[in-house]
Amino acid sequence: MASFQMENRTSGYCCRLTIALTEKEKPKKRHDINNLFVMQLYRGVTMPYISTTELERANMLKTIGVKNFEELLTAIPEKLRVQRSLNLEPALSEWEITRRINEKTCLNLCSQNANSFLGAGVYDHFIPAAVEFIISRPEFLTAYTPYQAEVSQGTLQAIYEFQTLICELTGMEIANASMYDGATAAAEAILMAVRRTKLTKAVISGTIHPSFKEVIKVYTEGIGIHLVYVPAQDGITDVNAMKQAVDDETACVLIQTPNFYGNLEEVFEIDAIVHAQESCLLIAAVDPISMAIFNAPAEYHADIVIGEGQALGNSVNFGGPLFGFFASKLDMARAMPGRIVGATTDLEGKRAYCLTLQAREQHIRREKATSNICSNEALCALAATVYLSLMGKDGLREAAMHCVRKAHYLADEISKIPGFSMAYPDTPFFKEFVINTPKPANYIIHHMLGRAIYPGVDMAPYSHPNQLMLAVTEKKSISDLDELVTALKEVTNG
Amino acid sequence: MAKTIFELSSPGRIAATLPKCDLPKTFKAEVPPQYMKFLRKDTARLPELSELDVMRHYIELSHKNHFIEKGLYPLGSCTMKYNPKLHETLARHTCFANIHPCQPLETVQGALEIMFELQRDLSEIAGMAQVTLQPVAGAHGEFTGLKIIHAYHEHQGNHHKKKIIMPDSAHGTNPASCTLAGFEVIELKSRPDGRVDIDKLREIVNDETAGFMLTNPNTLGLFESQVEEIAAIIHAVDGLMYMDGANLNALLGIVQPGKIGFDVMHYNLHKTFSTPHGGGGPGSGPVGVVEKLIPYLPVPLIAKGEHGYFFDESHKHTSIGKVHTFYGNFAILLRAYVYIKMLGADGLRQVAENAIINANYIKKRLENFYHIEHPEHCMHEFVADGTLQVKQAGVKTADIAKRLLDKGFHAPTIYFPLIVSEAMMIEPTETESLQSLDAFSEAMIEIAKEAQSNPELLKQAPLNTPVRRVDDVKAVKVLDIKYPITS
Repeated sequence: MASFQMENRTSGYCCRLTIALTEKEKPKKRHDINNLFVMQLYRGVTMPYISTTELERANMLKTIGVKNFEELLTAIPEKLRVQRSLNLEPALSEWEITRRINEKTCLNLCSQNANSFLGAGVYDHFIPAAVEFIISRPEFLTAYTPYQAEVSQGTLQAIYEFQTLICELTGMEIANASMYDGATAAAEAILMAVRRTKLTKAVISGTIHPSFKEVIKVYTEGIGIHLVYVPAQDGITDVNAMKQAVDDETACVLIQTPNFYGNLEEVFEIDAIVHAQESCLLIAAVDPISMAIFNAPAEYHADIVIGEGQALGNSVNFGGPLFGFFASKLDMARAMPGRIVGATTDLEGKRAYCLTLQAREQHIRREKATSNICSNEALCALAATVYLSLMGKDGLREAAMHCVRKAHYLADEISKIPGFSMAYPDTPFFKEFVINTPKPANYIIHHMLGRAIYPGVDMAPYSHPNQLMLAVTEKKSISDLDELVTALKEVTNG
Repeated sequence: MAKTIFELSSPGRIAATLPKCDLPKTFKAEVPPQYMKFLRKDTARLPELSELDVMRHYIELSHKNHFIEKGLYPLGSCTMKYNPKLHETLARHTCFANIHPCQPLETVQGALEIMFELQRDLSEIAGMAQVTLQPVAGAHGEFTGLKIIHAYHEHQGNHHKKKIIMPDSAHGTNPASCTLAGFEVIELKSRPDGRVDIDKLREIVNDETAGFMLTNPNTLGLFESQVEEIAAIIHAVDGLMYMDGANLNALLGIVQPGKIGFDVMHYNLHKTFSTPHGGGGPGSGPVGVVEKLIPYLPVPLIAKGEHGYFFDESHKHTSIGKVHTFYGNFAILLRAYVYIKMLGADGLRQVAENAIINANYIKKRLENFYHIEHPEHCMHEFVADGTLQVKQAGVKTADIAKRLLDKGFHAPTIYFPLIVSEAMMIEPTETESLQSLDAFSEAMIEIAKEAQSNPELLKQAPLNTPVRRVDDVKAVKVLDIKYPITS
């Protein structure tokens, strides 16, 4: 009887009613259209997020002109079809999955509940609440790529503003709408330089982020690009070695500043080496927050500027999503990867925005495109745009000043602890630095777990097991810093 | 038109507040001399605004967007389904949003468990042996998959395998990814029925063939029925079968690509598994492979050991390496995980069934008004075209698309696939109600009638959108890609 009542309703996948069905009432045929609704009850499917009812579905099949759903699958040979149900966990309700996820979050100890000095490319900077509010708006969150400009002016103008902000921070003339992350941006920058110069040798500083190196390797191997790494000296690129490495066959030089170790590179000397060659391009990977106080790459004549943008208004998110920014001089516009928004006018002469220079892109140029990138990290770039608007000229500068001052204070204090010292004592740095530790970093890290302190990144894979790399952002208070100093003393004492 | 954020700026205004810089007075304040040369000469002219200024500005911009909650988004191959709000709430939990990728493993077990289970669930859904979650977009997954194919052939000593064959109906990212991965693209003309031309394929396959790239269902919304034969031809020369998983929504619980001849496949979590598009990203493009290709997957994979979950790099000597700074787009992975758990096996099958029914329903409703090159039943999407309208009224597909915007709908994917002229690729997805499918169909029918009665109206469209038709030719000729800040 329950099934009869339900069949006369137009809505609902109320699985709880399955209990009303006796064993006898359960239909035997899996896809009998006349019994579809009952079948659903039998299968206990809740089917969230599907808006048509079984009754409607039956009528739609009638309109289409088929007896049952299976008739729509005639193009799929029977033997290619799954003969069983997928081996997945039974469906959970919204509350059940919420509860499970909440249980899993308890297995994570986040930076809100710990005193964290982790960086290494992604940073725990302060994010004003309004950023989250804007990027959570469905108007931005659930919109597609703005191919239909007339109904995407919001996204398009926001990207135009993002491009302007990146240009303003870096001193470059054109920026794209974003890349996947700093690492892929670095790889694409090298590919662009190779396209542009028609040379195949790329000289890369050994001080760039290790993940950048790994991603660059994947993007450049097997296509005739020759990578030459320049070793480090005192935590920065060995300028003399770079001089040796760069010649008239070099397409580009890639440096990162502040580099992986947090140190500022000798950018003016590198500029002189790179631009002594006629066609060699300088690619700089930068920390966007540092741009508020340290050189804009235009000041040392960088030709392409890229970087990891996460620090601008995006949470750490266990390392993703991140976003890469990508900027260059204007004469390279047509060689750039990724989407670019341009201002133009509409039919009535009103200002309007649209995607531009699309002839570079995969959907037009296919195998001859400048890149295969399609989806990028638009929402992260929007977060950066809102973040920079909220921080403003003075706010970003203040945040950067906090980072510098607090990081240097901490470095001073740690250096005073017996057995600890700066790994690169004479090298200027921004917000991150490497220290020598009297005990292995791994030992220190694990002995601080109980205190909910993440003292930094274990440098064992990158330089030395007795080194830690610490990042300090504006979020740190003096008591956070002093707590670490005390803990370092206690953990390594004896 | 809205002013830019830069025009709203007023010197001295500031929205953000920062904590005190509470360092002891004894800490030196002056800049050490070795830092002087690194100080920026000018100041970055960021806008100066109050929080309300910023909010009003971006809310105003938001009003100019079409988005899923506003109306149907029938973009073919893009799978613009509804994105459950639960995903957003859970992904924003501080213990996910604020965990750092370099934290000790003991402190991120919850996140790793989710990734581990997602690897397993995605493997099962596509019938693959293992999945990497690292690629962050569909095209990024394609690139990763192609590098895996490259590594496999290199490992076999087949250095001459440099050619990837694909049909001319392929997404633009396919050939672009091949070039990026160092392969040469061989394009295969499709048969009149929209399928891969097997006879021609036999002719062009040779020892240099590294693989075959296929979207299935293809971009015409048709299942490639002869996929087994295609796989046999490719495998006979030790080539590998790549599946572009953009259209996986149609196959959930119906076909497992890994069981019908495909060796590598990328998933678009932002399509099939309902994570939001964000105006163009972030997405996520995991790659699944069959057993023999596991050694080439990017490092690390997530594994479960005696002491819990950990990053497994045991195959790093054969692996292609890394394609992302860390482990991929975790926050997107989390959303897809929740989606799969909410639906289960039966729910996923229902997704596919309803997506297919919805597409066929619209197709049926439009067949008397628009030319449809392939009249057979479609999968989750179909391609209609504007050739009738061009012939009869000089109205192009672009005009039809723009008129749809006036009627509150997003346009279909237009002028793609390239093998259908004046193409309109329509994918309603399973989340649309019968009312909205009807409303869309009726709007399309109305437009077909307007093309007859008032073609000028369509050529002028859109009329009711925030801006009228945008001059994209001018945007290329007069390049204006950043606001000229003055101050």
